Amino acid sequence: MGDMHELLPLLLKGTLVTLQIAVFGILLAILMAGIGTILRTSAWRVLRWIGNVYVEVFRGTSLLVQLFWLFFVLPLPPFNLALTPFTVAIVGLGLHYGAYGSEILRGALRSVPGGQFEAAIALNMTAATRMRRIVLPQAMINALPPATNLMIELLKGTSLVSLITLSDLTFRARQLDEATFKTAEIFALTLLIYFVLAQVVVAIMRHFERRVSHGIAQRTVK
Amino acid sequence: MNSFFDVKYALHILPELLRASMYTIGITLVGFVIALVLGLVLAVLRRSSIASVSRVTGFFIEFIRSTPLLIQVYVLFYVAPLYGITMSALLAGTIGIAVHYACYVSEVYRAGLNGVARGQWEAACALSLSPWRTYSGVILPQAIRPVIPALGNYLVAMFKDTPVLSAITVVELMQQAKNIGSETFRYLEPITMTGLFFLLISVTFASGVRHLERRVRLP
Repeated sequence: MGDMHELLPLLLKGTLVTLQIAVFGILLAILMAGIGTILRTSAWRVLRWIGNVYVEVFRGTSLLVQLFWLFFVLPLPPFNLALTPFTVAIVGLGLHYGAYGSEILRGALRSVPGGQFEAAIALNMTAATRMRRIVLPQAMINALPPATNLMIELLKGTSLVSLITLSDLTFRARQLDEATFKTAEIFALTLLIYFVLAQVVVAIMRHFERRVSHGIAQRTVK
Repeated sequence: MNSFFDVKYALHILPELLRASMYTIGITLVGFVIALVLGLVLAVLRRSSIASVSRVTGFFIEFIRSTPLLIQVYVLFYVAPLYGITMSALLAGTIGIAVHYACYVSEVYRAGLNGVARGQWEAACALSLSPWRTYSGVILPQAIRPVIPALGNYLVAMFKDTPVLSAITVVELMQQAKNIGSETFRYLEPITMTGLFFLLISVTFASGVRHLERRVRLP
């Protein structure tokens, strides 16, 4: 394993890009999940319709197709909108996983008992306070575990951005493989790095899950 | 060339895309059948009473589930030949996607198996059924029925992941669209149509699964 010290720095450089894309992608996905849910629960039919179309289109087509669409189609006429690969990656991942996230958020909001809404109205809370103080904290308990899974999906999804010329971990692995022919070592190391990153995501999210369910009786498994 | 979406050109490339989408559907169906069988094996192995077997299976599932499909396919296509296993891109791709989804599917089976009442296991034991008869005759019919919707979701998810295989030169729908695009320098029509195809076929798969769900529902 003497070649590790040659391979690791380049792979770590790729890991940094992967991490950046994953973090910004997750932030955009959370934002889009919020916007999607607001649209889909809005009082106006047009907005509900827009929200539904957004979710169905981005959930119904493949992430890679969406990335390619943003990358190859947008720069050409009639759009003439050339985005950098980095922007395409974040926008593509954010929109795709935001659509999935909106489903999770909607389910979690629904799981809050109706009595909670009514009690908040009876206490004369404004809609914003009701959401912030009563509904969201309870919805988060149900939303975070599936959100953790989705974040791991997003992390894995970042490997696809190597196909739109972004030099992330997967791209570096391919590049190193072509240069050094240490195929087995490189891909084993790459798999390991992704696995460790996923475990880090899980550990961070467990922390948040504990925080939001603080002081609430847990239904124990088994 | 100035029109927003050239319908004539779109119709011209339609047959090629249709052929490629048949290929994609084929990969999905073959891969999903393998995933269903392998997933069941993994789920049963994970319940094994031998601690080392269940732990190794558990780690394997966890590892495959938390690493990207793209890299796994690369490993099958570029690393396996070093150990004397040479596969065509299509075979490597199908096996890769099948194993990846087998791990997801095995988690679904696990949920289904956990949902079967304890008494059923005990009854099978009391009737001294063999492990094979216990699973095939008693447990699985009850375990699989309620998880069919979840399995169907993974069929659709797997279908949507087939474009990943284009990275190892499998010419499926996405790769075909890209090839057409690079020949004619018009990407709008082929890639947009690919997106529409995916949407249509996903919806078809989803409604097929719903239909199956109704058919096997207990009265």
